[in-house]
Amino acid sequence: MQFGVFSVSDLTVDPTTGRAPSEAERIKAIVTIATKAEEVGLDVFALGEHHNPPFVSSSPTTTLAHIAARTTRLQLSTATTLITTNDPVRIAEDYAMLQHLADGRVDLMLGRGNTGPVYPWFGKDIRDGIPLAVENYALLRRLWDDDVVDWSGRFRTPLQGFTSTPRPLDGVPPFVWHGSIRTPQIAEQAAYYGDGFFHNNIFWPKEHTARMVELYRRRFEHHGHGAADQAIVGLGGQVFMRRNSQDAVREFRPYFDDAPVYGHGPSLEEYSRETPLTVGSPQQVIERTLGFREYVGDYQRQLFLVDHAGLPLRTVLEQLDLLGEEVLPVLRREFAALRPAHVPDAPTHAARVAARGGSRDATVRAAADDVTDQARHSETEVRVR
Amino acid sequence: MSGRRLAVVTAGLSVPSSTRLLADRLAAATTDALDRHGQATAVQVVELREYARDLADNLLTGFPNGRLRGAVDPVMTADALIAVTPVFSASYSGLFKTFFDVLDEDALAGMPVLMGATGGTARHSLVLDHAVRPLFAYLRAVTVPTAVFAAAEDWGGGDASGRALAERIRRAGGELADLVAARPATAAADPFRDVAEFETLLNGG
Repeated sequence: MQFGVFSVSDLTVDPTTGRAPSEAERIKAIVTIATKAEEVGLDVFALGEHHNPPFVSSSPTTTLAHIAARTTRLQLSTATTLITTNDPVRIAEDYAMLQHLADGRVDLMLGRGNTGPVYPWFGKDIRDGIPLAVENYALLRRLWDDDVVDWSGRFRTPLQGFTSTPRPLDGVPPFVWHGSIRTPQIAEQAAYYGDGFFHNNIFWPKEHTARMVELYRRRFEHHGHGAADQAIVGLGGQVFMRRNSQDAVREFRPYFDDAPVYGHGPSLEEYSRETPLTVGSPQQVIERTLGFREYVGDYQRQLFLVDHAGLPLRTVLEQLDLLGEEVLPVLRREFAALRPAHVPDAPTHAARVAARGGSRDATVRAAADDVTDQARHSETEVRVR
Repeated sequence: MSGRRLAVVTAGLSVPSSTRLLADRLAAATTDALDRHGQATAVQVVELREYARDLADNLLTGFPNGRLRGAVDPVMTADALIAVTPVFSASYSGLFKTFFDVLDEDALAGMPVLMGATGGTARHSLVLDHAVRPLFAYLRAVTVPTAVFAAAEDWGGGDASGRALAERIRRAGGELADLVAARPATAAADPFRDVAEFETLLNGG
């Protein structure tokens, strides 16, 4: 099982100081948080994609490539990559490129995005959200799975004899998670392809998360990818910790009360009761998190949101220390002890390459190269790996 | 005798509330009429006043909390709905509207609905047809022809107006009962059970 953090990259005023970081500060803070995540022993860092203030992460592969260069073990992912408004050709190219640069430590989580104005900025219409997610992903799969693609669909210009480059590392594309809070069709999409399903598990009550995951598991089995309890499930979660739980509540309350999504509504106590939000001691976080498997079953990835709502970087790094020192060792041990042998571990590039029978050079070579006219004559010299 | 579930949503704010009073009388007229159809009715009343904060929370969080689910679920699964609002500033009250704003999009589709409203004077009575009926038309509910408005004068204006109100209530309840009696009992759709095959989605369905 993998543990990590995900960031939505919000630039929020710290309600206790009235200060908002600059874009430059926040972007550097995201890199610091990711490298710290590796340092404290976490497995995954996932970054959101947004195209409007107050968010800074418009170009996640740029940031993740930079993080890849500064880490050695950390799995890099997204939360989420917009499958609706991005051209699937660019997703195929960008994430394959990132996969090479990060030596395979890359997967991605696809989401539709729920902000109406964003769609027309990219020539799309939010009313087509689900059809876009369905068609674009079908094309993305083809672009990664097939070297040469002929394609026509509703939402982009047709492709004739198109090869997306670079080809996936070792011929194995990045693992894909499909993220959705409340759309059954997306759980069905994840199940159809045998991909992972991620539920944000922050904004809605656990009963709802349970229904979405149950649907995904049932349909995963229906589509012949394995038993329902072998489907690949990821969950989010939102925590704030101090060694003394009263300190955690006192310190986090102003951030909660002003938080961009749910602020000015329910109290911290009500929201903690209604959703998986846990503000308290590391022990409380451990107990709550272990409880997740009681309503979604044994699962493969747990990501925490710790850097939002204007929390200062120093505080976020302290949260990561607490996660690494106090929470992670117990969760690793307890989850591992509870998981039956037939439930798969979280997917990694190495494991997926091994499952395909080992690595191979997937490079597609042009018969001739109009720019250099080299390939035909000196193929050995341009060998990539 | 089959059992029918009648949900009553009332947005009155005071206690006692003339809105609640009208809602209760509409519910009684409906159950009496269903009784004549040989159908027993269970009535569940939702006083929106009790959920005012929960509704505001739902607007912000996007989901009904546990308390509010206790009010939303019986409405969504009812065989029929009676919805009564006071008139505020020429329309339904904000509290009344908020409740229908947070229901799932299709929650009331096809559901028989009887509308009522209360106000200080009968000059507000067209609110039912100019504001409340379009709301339920949008939600694709099936509204009965008679909507009942009760003004202060109907409650205290002497025998003639009282009789007229009682007659409107009786007629409206009868219309709702006729609609309900003619329909099979409701089975709510379950989007997590009735999932579309992915091949259909792939083919543009």
